[in-house]
Amino acid sequence: MIEKALKGGRGYWAWVAFLLVVIGIGVTAYARQMTIGLGVTGMGRDISWGVYIAQFTFLVGVAASAVMLVLPYYLHNQKAFSKIVIVGEFLAVSAALMCMLFILADMGRPDRVLNVLLYPSPHSMVFWDVMVLNGYLFLNLISGWAVLGAERKGVAPAPWVKALIYLSIPWAFSIHTVTAFLFAGLPGRHLWLTAVLAPRFLASAFAAGTAILILITFILKKVAKFDAGPEARLKLSVLASYAGLANLFFLGTEFFTAFYSNIPAHMHSLQYLFFGLEGHAPLVPWMWFSLITGIISVGVLLSPPLRRKNGALIAACIGLVVSIWIDKGMGLVFGGFVPTPLEAIVDYMPTATEISVTLGIWAIGLLVLTMLLKTAIAVKTQE
Amino acid sequence: MSQNRREFLKKAGLGALAGLGAAAGLFPAFALEQTDMSNFTDKPVPGKVRWGMLIDTRKCLGNCTECIVRCHHDHNVPDFGKSKNEVKWIWKSGYENAFPTASTQFQNPEVLERQVLTLCNHCAEPPCTKACPTEATFKRWDGIVSIDYHRCIGCRFCMAACPYGSRSFNWLDPRPNIKELSTAYPTRMRGVVEKCNFCSERLVKNELPACVESCPEKALIFGDLNKPDSEIRKLLAANETMQRKPELGTLPSVFYII
Ligand code: SF4
Ligand code: SF4
Repeated sequence: MIEKALKGGRGYWAWVAFLLVVIGIGVTAYARQMTIGLGVTGMGRDISWGVYIAQFTFLVGVAASAVMLVLPYYLHNQKAFSKIVIVGEFLAVSAALMCMLFILADMGRPDRVLNVLLYPSPHSMVFWDVMVLNGYLFLNLISGWAVLGAERKGVAPAPWVKALIYLSIPWAFSIHTVTAFLFAGLPGRHLWLTAVLAPRFLASAFAAGTAILILITFILKKVAKFDAGPEARLKLSVLASYAGLANLFFLGTEFFTAFYSNIPAHMHSLQYLFFGLEGHAPLVPWMWFSLITGIISVGVLLSPPLRRKNGALIAACIGLVVSIWIDKGMGLVFGGFVPTPLEAIVDYMPTATEISVTLGIWAIGLLVLTMLLKTAIAVKTQE
Repeated sequence: MSQNRREFLKKAGLGALAGLGAAAGLFPAFALEQTDMSNFTDKPVPGKVRWGMLIDTRKCLGNCTECIVRCHHDHNVPDFGKSKNEVKWIWKSGYENAFPTASTQFQNPEVLERQVLTLCNHCAEPPCTKACPTEATFKRWDGIVSIDYHRCIGCRFCMAACPYGSRSFNWLDPRPNIKELSTAYPTRMRGVVEKCNFCSERLVKNELPACVESCPEKALIFGDLNKPDSEIRKLLAANETMQRKPELGTLPSVFYII
């Protein structure tokens, strides 16, 4: 089937070529990182994780959000999603792939990555994360591909496919829960050491991931004349709005607990992120932009007349994605390291090399997604 | 040597000679690291020994750096200055930085200005080893938290997990930045984590850690925390001491007299 991804118009190839150029830049930057070392990034002894881990965290959420289509379609028979379940599954595949690439990019010795499997350590959350992420990628790839193949032949998918799909539903929750546990179990990092982190991760994932799905349906409608239909979009926008609301609520509870209890260690990271700490305030404008955009976007999505207007819906989805990307893809990871265990306030600024690698990985993910969706749509429209 | 036979030997009161350690001791030429067997009466028993350190901050001189220089030289710790790529095993921190959760209101100004030695605490409940996905960092039988530089994948989970900022990562190739090469301890490669090892390479030769030995004021006391009559245990009992961030339950093996 994949040969269908090799047929396309001018616009399609221009997009692919563009992605290939970005990938090329990313690979060059990664080669530089491999020769010199991770010292070429903005990370250091104090802020020892940066954009790579932050993107990873955000993208695990995107991957998990496929469940927002799979669950209503397969468990609640929501026929409105029949055309786009596959979009969710393939989005999950490409997002999970990007997650793994970001982890690899972050590693000091990527040549030894197999040590995670050679010396399995169940006490380490990374071990579980590697397990569930890989499992999730293959669950979605295999089930999505099998359903598509059956559709092409005009037959019902084999029964084992259904089993895989059902399995993928709790699995989606597990990947983001384990990802939250990577952070939430570390003593002495107060921004992360909170039981609400896993629920908040899930809420923000389902908000941002669903918003991305809505945006993809608009893009597919425009570039591929493949319309998921307004009903599907509307249903998704309701899901995104409630997830977004839950995310804001959880953020609010974090603020309450930290500032009402008045425990300095609990307040410091939030102070650093939102108000600045001892004159260090590099993320303050970002965080407020994220918060305000998030509130407005959720407001628009919650309003039935507004979310029916395509323009408002698109704007709200973009707003929600950007808001959560800033919050989770920057603030959460960088902010967790400030102040350092020795009470220093250190700012982190990614370098050009680091940003190039990051964009390169995003481009790889988008290329895989483009080819998978191209195939899916070709099958669905019987080209 | 079979388990039964070992049990038998033990029971027979030959404890001092029993165990694999003694067997290796018979062929000292084959040992990679010369081991002074007088240290061990038996095969290492996990938890039997727990090395610990007591730092008397009253004795430690403000601007002296003997122990730091000696440790960093002996262990081939590269010098990247105070940059983000810094690697360090032992260093001085301000009192409030080392003990951020100790009450410091209206504290004696002399104490507040004190520079406190900070290093890996070799925690009895180390969060770093729990986070490591490859067992590259692990707690040894004698309580020392050690790192296998050949297994570490450089994920830096242990760095995020350590609540004391004890760990450094080799962001760049350390070798060109080693001022004067030492033969006492191997150099590391780029991309792995490292930290204080309580001089396990010296303990095995029945020598005290380099920092303890080098301190002109004898401000550092090293010993077995599990031995009730050791000097360190006596000093712990006789003095008011502190551990860093005791509320986290990590049970540091480094103690401080303020
Ligand atoms: S001080 Fe940090 S590195 Fe050392 S044992 Fe404790 S947690 Fe691990
Ligand atoms: S950086 Fe190395 S020692 Fe630290 S957790 Fe990762 S593999 Fe383990």
